[in-house]
Amino acid sequence: MLSRIAESLFWIGRYLERADDTARILDVELQVLVEDPMVDEEHSCRQLLKVMGVEELPSVVNRWTVLDLLAHNPDSYSSIASTVDAARENARGARETLSTDMWAAINTMWRGLPSARAMRSTDMFAWVRNRTAMIAGIADSTMTRDEGWQFFVLGRSIERVDMTARLLSTASLAGETQLAWPTTLRACGAYEAFIRAYRGVEADSLAAEFLLLDRWFPRSVVSALVEAEKALSTLEAGGQRSGFSDEGLRLLGRARTELEYRPLAEIVYDLPTEMERLQRSCAAASEAVTSRYFSLAESRVWSEGVTL
Amino acid sequence: MNETSLFDDYGPMVGFDEMYAGPVSGPAVRDEYGAIHEAFRSMGDDEIRVRADALASSYLDQGVTFGVAGEERPFPLDIVPRVIEAADWRHVDLGVQQRVKALEAFLADVYGPGELFNDGVVPRETVVTSPHYHRVVAGLEPANGVRVHVAGVDLIRDGEGNFRVLEDNVRVPSGVSYVMTNRRALSGALPEVFADHRIRPVQQYSRNLLAGLRAASPAGVSDPTVVVLTPGVYNSAYFEHTLLARTMGVELVEPRDLVCQGGRVLMRTTRGLEPVHVIYRRIDDDFIDPAQFRPDSMLGVPGLVTAARAGNVTIANAIGNGVADDKLLYTYVPDLIRYYLSEEPILRNVDTWRMGEAEQREEVLDRLDELVLKPVDGSGGKGIVIGPAASPAELDELRAKIHADPRAWIAQPVISLSTVPTLVEQGIRPRHVDLRPFAVNTGDDVHVLPGGLTRVALPEGELIVNSSRGGGSKDTWVLADPLVDPDPLDEVAIEEPEVSRRDKTRKDKPRSGVAQLQSQAQGAQTQTQGAQTQGAPTIDGQVV
Repeated sequence: MLSRIAESLFWIGRYLERADDTARILDVELQVLVEDPMVDEEHSCRQLLKVMGVEELPSVVNRWTVLDLLAHNPDSYSSIASTVDAARENARGARETLSTDMWAAINTMWRGLPSARAMRSTDMFAWVRNRTAMIAGIADSTMTRDEGWQFFVLGRSIERVDMTARLLSTASLAGETQLAWPTTLRACGAYEAFIRAYRGVEADSLAAEFLLLDRWFPRSVVSALVEAEKALSTLEAGGQRSGFSDEGLRLLGRARTELEYRPLAEIVYDLPTEMERLQRSCAAASEAVTSRYFSLAESRVWSEGVTL
Repeated sequence: MNETSLFDDYGPMVGFDEMYAGPVSGPAVRDEYGAIHEAFRSMGDDEIRVRADALASSYLDQGVTFGVAGEERPFPLDIVPRVIEAADWRHVDLGVQQRVKALEAFLADVYGPGELFNDGVVPRETVVTSPHYHRVVAGLEPANGVRVHVAGVDLIRDGEGNFRVLEDNVRVPSGVSYVMTNRRALSGALPEVFADHRIRPVQQYSRNLLAGLRAASPAGVSDPTVVVLTPGVYNSAYFEHTLLARTMGVELVEPRDLVCQGGRVLMRTTRGLEPVHVIYRRIDDDFIDPAQFRPDSMLGVPGLVTAARAGNVTIANAIGNGVADDKLLYTYVPDLIRYYLSEEPILRNVDTWRMGEAEQREEVLDRLDELVLKPVDGSGGKGIVIGPAASPAELDELRAKIHADPRAWIAQPVISLSTVPTLVEQGIRPRHVDLRPFAVNTGDDVHVLPGGLTRVALPEGELIVNSSRGGGSKDTWVLADPLVDPDPLDEVAIEEPEVSRRDKTRKDKPRSGVAQLQSQAQGAQTQTQGAQTQGAPTIDGQVV
């Protein structure tokens, strides 16, 4: 498979997941702001923007600036609008390798974004979640399980780890509010699963544990890490007798074992810092994948190409 | 509700209308349009509009677009199909084959021995002064002798309904993807109308193209890697490039995916560099190899020409073909057909004056306001001046340009392109159309795809139908000849997957319509036999 196409599929996976997760995160944030009068809007919004990697904050920060920067503004890299745009642009460049249905689904989402943005926020977020779920479903049932698929899944899984880590940070930074964890679980579609798994016991640390470590829940960090590792080992031809020669695989495996084999109390003690570490692992893994599989696409050496 | 209102006020018709043989009021619908006309009349206005809207939005969701100035625009598809009856098509099919064969011979001669110059068929100067003549490929022998792997010959119907050649496109003719998407979309929009016709299918094009490209692979390569080379997502025909790559199952590469090393072309993959053998390029000559042509081209792959010259890669279509679609050379094509094939041209040219010849020039300069003046190396309708529509100032400017560089211009009479009913805001109205059939040359045969791209000029009276001028398109139906064509549905369904072998069977196929019908009947009895005989695509061209 062409390096450029592999890279596009990786990023289509990442961007679609990012759109989905950003919608989920915003949903939590806005609900908490609406439902809990005790929350300091300015502080909470600043925290969120920081967690989402928005570097330059405007002088006034409130729910509307958050919505602008994370949902609507096409010039803001973290916004849903620019994420969907980027997914579609990558899909356009890899169009011949996507199934027709998948291309049409991505293109339709992109075309529908302006009218979705005119909806009420919660409706827009539901729309984004539905659309990305639909694309994921179509990808799942129409894409052949070749390298392209593995890169798509790899991108999606790494992004999911990264974004779930941000979501957990947001919840823990929300502070005193009683609503943060239940709302976070709901945003992940995990509330009922969580209640069933823990038989109705609600505690913040348990919610964090569920979203971090539950092996059965597909949006948990560990599940996503396992998925990413699976995709990478499939890409790695042959397999290794000992150790891991692939840097990406090594990084992801280490991140997963650090979560799985350390006492939970240690992780949740300073969740935001732990989650930042997790995000750094994701970034490093992504870079390792890039330099191993995609770097050929980047280099463009003119003199080398001329044969005499 | 008045069921006939969309067709009311159809006209005035100028020239040849393809649906109506006479005034709309009379019972003058041509035979081949009878069922369509009836279907549209009984459908009712609202239903037609609803279906047309659904058609448009399906194109938007699928992203069937054409780039204009870097912007993606939907490629409009009209809901009224254009119909070509079997006998007319036979004529076109043979004529296009003949033309492609003559142009192949011409290119081989121009970049080879140059006998036509010695025999005085075309002045040497006419050829070598063409901006598309590339000395760099002189003497380069293509693997299977083919330079024109794909041709798109633009045709129009004149006032009498005769097909005439408007121009040849043997560089990178585009538009075939819309032939395929139009068919699929329209069959969804008008299923019941399709059921009333036997329409020859078009989806086999990709397979024919792949067969043609594989046949052109360098010597000694038994299983060639074929790629489609695109300038990238901002090219106006990017949609087409993706469709062709996808339907052929080959990689769509951008120049940055390729690298030349040691006279070979390699592509960058996740597993390292892998060799490429046949490049169906959709980049113009001037940009394809910065080491040979424009050094500033960021679109090219440096070293491509060297690799082709070393015989390690085939570039399709060949570099330098543009000299054959130079509009000045066009005026010589009938002579080329007589010279190389010893045949009379089947399809006539449009009458053309060469401005490079003093006598013809004088005549034209006197009648500038009645004629159409075209720059010989223009494409996409660029630079064309339509005399009757031009202001005196524009004509003066044109006159000066012709004096400055007479070789750069040809003149043609204003031809009233035929019209086909088309759904526009006001209702169904006559709009001018042209036709671009697509031919693939495998070296053994020239396959002409039944139909082609019908472009329609949407503004009333507009004569330039190019997509870059906001033209639309029509699905083009070639009706199967019940005596000659095998069942059109079988044609696609039973083709053998092994392309090169199928091409061999094709030569053994029965030569007459009657014989083929017999073999079909026999084929129905045993499965394997049926696959072999019916698998060969129609041979209607050879029957005549």
